[in-house]
Amino acid sequence: MALDKFATFTSSAIPLPIENVDTDQIIPARFLKAVERKGFGDNLFRDWRYDKADQPVADFVLNNPRYSGTILIAGKNFGSGSSREHAAWAIYDFGIKVVVSSFYADIFKGNALNNGLLPIQVSEEFLKHIFALIDADPTTEFKVDLENQSFTIVKTNESVSFEINPYKKECLIMGYDDIDYLVNSKEDILAFEKQRG
Amino acid sequence: MEAKTLFDKVWDAHVVKKIEGGPSVLYIDRHFIHEVTSPVAFVGLEKRGLKVFHPELTTATPDHNIPTIEQHLPIKDELSRKQVNTLLSNCEKYNIPLYGLNHKWAGIVHVIGPELGLTLPGMTIVCGDSHTSTHGAFGTIAFGIGTSEVEMVLASQCILQPKPKKMRITVNGELKKGVTAKDIALYIISKISTSGGTGHFVEFAGSAIQSLTMEGRMTLCNMSIECGARGGMIAPDEKTISYVKGREFAPSGEAWDKAEAYWRTLITDKGASFDTEYTYDANDIDPMITYGTNPGMGMGIKASIPDGSDLEGSDKITFEKSLNYMGFTAGEKLEGKPVDYVFVGSCTNGRIEDLRVFANFVKGKQKAESVIAWIVPGSKQVEKQAQEEGLTDILLAAGFKFRQPGCSACLAMNDDKIPAGKYAVSTSNRNFEGRQGPSARTMLASPLVAAAAAITGKITDPRDLM
Ligand code: SF4
Repeated sequence: MALDKFATFTSSAIPLPIENVDTDQIIPARFLKAVERKGFGDNLFRDWRYDKADQPVADFVLNNPRYSGTILIAGKNFGSGSSREHAAWAIYDFGIKVVVSSFYADIFKGNALNNGLLPIQVSEEFLKHIFALIDADPTTEFKVDLENQSFTIVKTNESVSFEINPYKKECLIMGYDDIDYLVNSKEDILAFEKQRG
Repeated sequence: MEAKTLFDKVWDAHVVKKIEGGPSVLYIDRHFIHEVTSPVAFVGLEKRGLKVFHPELTTATPDHNIPTIEQHLPIKDELSRKQVNTLLSNCEKYNIPLYGLNHKWAGIVHVIGPELGLTLPGMTIVCGDSHTSTHGAFGTIAFGIGTSEVEMVLASQCILQPKPKKMRITVNGELKKGVTAKDIALYIISKISTSGGTGHFVEFAGSAIQSLTMEGRMTLCNMSIECGARGGMIAPDEKTISYVKGREFAPSGEAWDKAEAYWRTLITDKGASFDTEYTYDANDIDPMITYGTNPGMGMGIKASIPDGSDLEGSDKITFEKSLNYMGFTAGEKLEGKPVDYVFVGSCTNGRIEDLRVFANFVKGKQKAESVIAWIVPGSKQVEKQAQEEGLTDILLAAGFKFRQPGCSACLAMNDDKIPAGKYAVSTSNRNFEGRQGPSARTMLASPLVAAAAAITGKITDPRDLM
């Protein structure tokens, strides 16, 4: 099933300057009972976003009208904990296309890439710098250029490059996914099985 | 010949091919599925019109969502019931072996795999669950995957994986009295943090590790994901081989001899190199407990919470947020603080050995009245064995009741939720905010520390009662 093709875009960003955001916070376990992939965005960061009476928590970033955009900027070690792909689905479904942090948990990173969500890793200093800029001006815009692997602060034209596996980059740009690749590798897999006996 | 690590040997034996500048196609020997992370994978399969390539290499069991009482009745919660039923119908449709509720082999997926001999040394094992790392105790490469990858394995018995870096964590020396595998795990994570192992696969080595039983090794490898590693593994030895021998799905006869000879080659060669190494002394490890909202925020049970004065910026915000959630103050001790709930169970500490440790400790004592205790065996077989060994009777006499197997309060997807604001000493693996129920406060510890808390109603060093 093809993913949406990942094109260059410019957007303001939503800041979440908290470290070790685990996937239980991104989407709490009680919302994992669906048997289809839909509607997870409504419960993104549920327990930070809504209080016990299901009322929006006014100062949580997703409820704060100061912040908007399709980029989420988060503190280091984002996505630790459970392997639930629902975390990547919830972020993507909410409308986020890119997460920027200084460090990601492995499984989350893989899940994000498998769902057309781009995790961009930047240095700790640069991350601090962007948090400060957004704090001063929430309309600060960023340009994400996957082709050239660059992340740019539009106003100042400061740009950093980020790493991505060339195979995964091509998948995102073309909208391919790994299952297509594996299904097309059937011959090799059968040959491997045969040779192992 | 080039010196290889245990990890290299198992990994290299499973690479179908490597994509230029990209990941490898890794062949998977054993795939476990459960009700929560598999439904969307089957939907995907269906949409693409694909079959399950090797249904016999996948094993299914419902565990995350299920109630731990009255399992013979239909599941009350509608969404949970639907998810479990979806697993049943998918397995039926695609011919996947399933051990459903009430089956004698049912249980938490990471408990039943080893129990049934589905987990064997030298294998690659995956499951849509991060604690798949548990199976590494057998010298397997076992790790958690996302739902897209579950679909990949169903469709092709392979996934695409970049080869991780290699880390060795050596613990030498003899463990002190009252110190268990869980304490080793919490100690290591407190040292290297919840992201210290990210990008790596860990091999645990050293005399303290070798001295652990298979159950203890499973507890340790189970927690390797909590330091950020993809998984942890321990070279198979006599204990591994005798644990596996004779189990339901283990090879026998000639196939056994051949397998055993191969398993014995699965050790890290002298001179093989690791990207990262840590070495610890078993003697430095005390019974551990966590005070914060990630498994790296742990300390010896008699220690004090760090004062946090050296932190700044987002580190400070994160630390304060965490203590605030827990209702603790920087610099204070936990010993003596009241405990409302005790949970013994999960794929970390829900095995027979854990129940033995707990039962031995509480034998002849009485549960504190103020404490609500949930003792949840990891599987039907553990439940049965506990009855046969008389553990159930010991627990009853001390005021404890046994529940039925499942993940239970480990992630609180069923009714076993710790109420908001309450304190739980839990033998599970995650103390994240809300993990055991909205606003629940979790302190991770070993079954022994849990037993001491259940008896005194307070955070207690079990050694003081031994
Ligand atoms: S017991 Fe807990 S950690 Fe283990 S599989 Fe179940 S939910 Fe996951």
